[in-house]
Amino acid sequence: MAPDLRRSGFDFMGPSTQAMQRDDMQNPAMLWVQDGAALWQSKSGRSALACADCHGDASTSMRGVAARYPAFDAPSAGPLTLGQRINQCVSQRQQAPVLAAESRELLGLESHVALQSRGLPLAPAQDRRLDRFLQQGAALFAQRMGQLDLSCAQCHDQRAGQRLGGSVIPQGHATGYPIYRLEWQGMGSLQRRLRNCMTGVRAEPFAFGAPEWVALELYLARRAGGMVVETPAVRP
Amino acid sequence: MAARTLIQIPPLSRKGDVIEVRTMIAHPMETGYRPGADGKVLPRNLIRRFSCTYDDGASRELVFQAELFPAMAANPYLTFPLLVTGPGTLVLTWEGDNGFAQTETLLLRVA
Amino acid sequence: MTSAMPSGASPDAGPVPGLSRRTLLAAGVGAGALLVQTRSVQAAALPPELEAAIAAFTGGAPVREGRVTLDVAQLVDNGNAVPVTVSVDSPMTAADHVVALALFNERNPQRDVFTARLGPRSGRARVSSRIRLATTQKLVAVARMRDGSCWSRTVDVIVTLAACIEGET
Repeated sequence: MAPDLRRSGFDFMGPSTQAMQRDDMQNPAMLWVQDGAALWQSKSGRSALACADCHGDASTSMRGVAARYPAFDAPSAGPLTLGQRINQCVSQRQQAPVLAAESRELLGLESHVALQSRGLPLAPAQDRRLDRFLQQGAALFAQRMGQLDLSCAQCHDQRAGQRLGGSVIPQGHATGYPIYRLEWQGMGSLQRRLRNCMTGVRAEPFAFGAPEWVALELYLARRAGGMVVETPAVRP
Repeated sequence: MAARTLIQIPPLSRKGDVIEVRTMIAHPMETGYRPGADGKVLPRNLIRRFSCTYDDGASRELVFQAELFPAMAANPYLTFPLLVTGPGTLVLTWEGDNGFAQTETLLLRVA
Repeated sequence: MTSAMPSGASPDAGPVPGLSRRTLLAAGVGAGALLVQTRSVQAAALPPELEAAIAAFTGGAPVREGRVTLDVAQLVDNGNAVPVTVSVDSPMTAADHVVALALFNERNPQRDVFTARLGPRSGRARVSSRIRLATTQKLVAVARMRDGSCWSRTVDVIVTLAACIEGET
């Protein structure tokens, strides 16, 4: 059997950054997880419902859930990211205003839920109805963009392990999102990181919440299928 | 609203042990040197001092204190040692700009 | 990518006297653990502003290289959050202990990083934190002892910028 050559971004970090991720006491993302755990218990919206009221203890009910995302959503006939699913619950079940992208609340809930999949293999939904979105994501990954005219694949498939400036190019597997990124000095979603990449190649990033992001996220999840969930990861 | 904190000490220790108290608090630690998106420098907003007091019920003693400067990273992580002399409470205080003040108390359980 | 000893390792006993980096490398000694000692540089090479900040901390007392260990990666992943551990070889008794520890930098907008007060109630002299480094530069850890003596360790740290400087959205 051919060896799995895929490597997490974790492997490309220095030992002290790796230690930050390994040790929950050193991982700043755990501050956001704390927020998420508190929000999970707090009643919200016109329904005055807490996540816990329907889902009980997250460590049991949410175990393995994040590992399957993005998942197919029948009502919208398309893929949903974990963050979108959370907001779907917030607006439809709690009847509360949706949580803003990159907000403390949304990142807190997302990281609290995804933490319950830590250590499990990424197992993205194999639903055939996702196929055309997956193809869109694959096409975006291979498409040259921006003034630098680079595609994701050119750096992260073809040149992973080589250097760009002082940094080693990782393979770009989204195994640990939301992450605490040292460059941000804070927490952020995969969409935030991808926006940074597009700005990095001097391309105009897609609009917030654009379907392109979901398609890319879906493709990345498949590409990393079987790799271990690290959420909440620390990255440089 | 109180800033989120992470604090870790051994769940149980013995007299004479030297334990490590590990702390982290959510705070941007804005240096006062960094320009925002509009090019204007963001005002300084730092935690300036951290202290730990040990209270054995009869008296309080300052056992650790640190002065922090802009070179401290955001969401400051600070660990310090403590010689265990007996059970009591540890009172951790963070103080800083804009009247920031937060206190967390934890039980030091000694066998 | 090599790194200094992880925090939690027992305090460094200090550099092996009389051995230069060249001698150690020529002897084929493994790079890992000994880099902590061989990376230290002569305190005399410090710029005046840094010397002044150290002098403000020591009250002008003479500072000697030694007894202080400064654990920090040689090449950091990101200058926004660099883990460091400062420890001092001291029994931390009432008669003989570290009174204060301070960490200084060479090239940030301001020299001070943190200052910590310790004492016999500390039991050991070791403080860990995460700091910001604006660029490649020297870091100096200084300890003031109860007997008035001052000790330091200076280390070079390489800091690279992120490959893609991006907007903050």
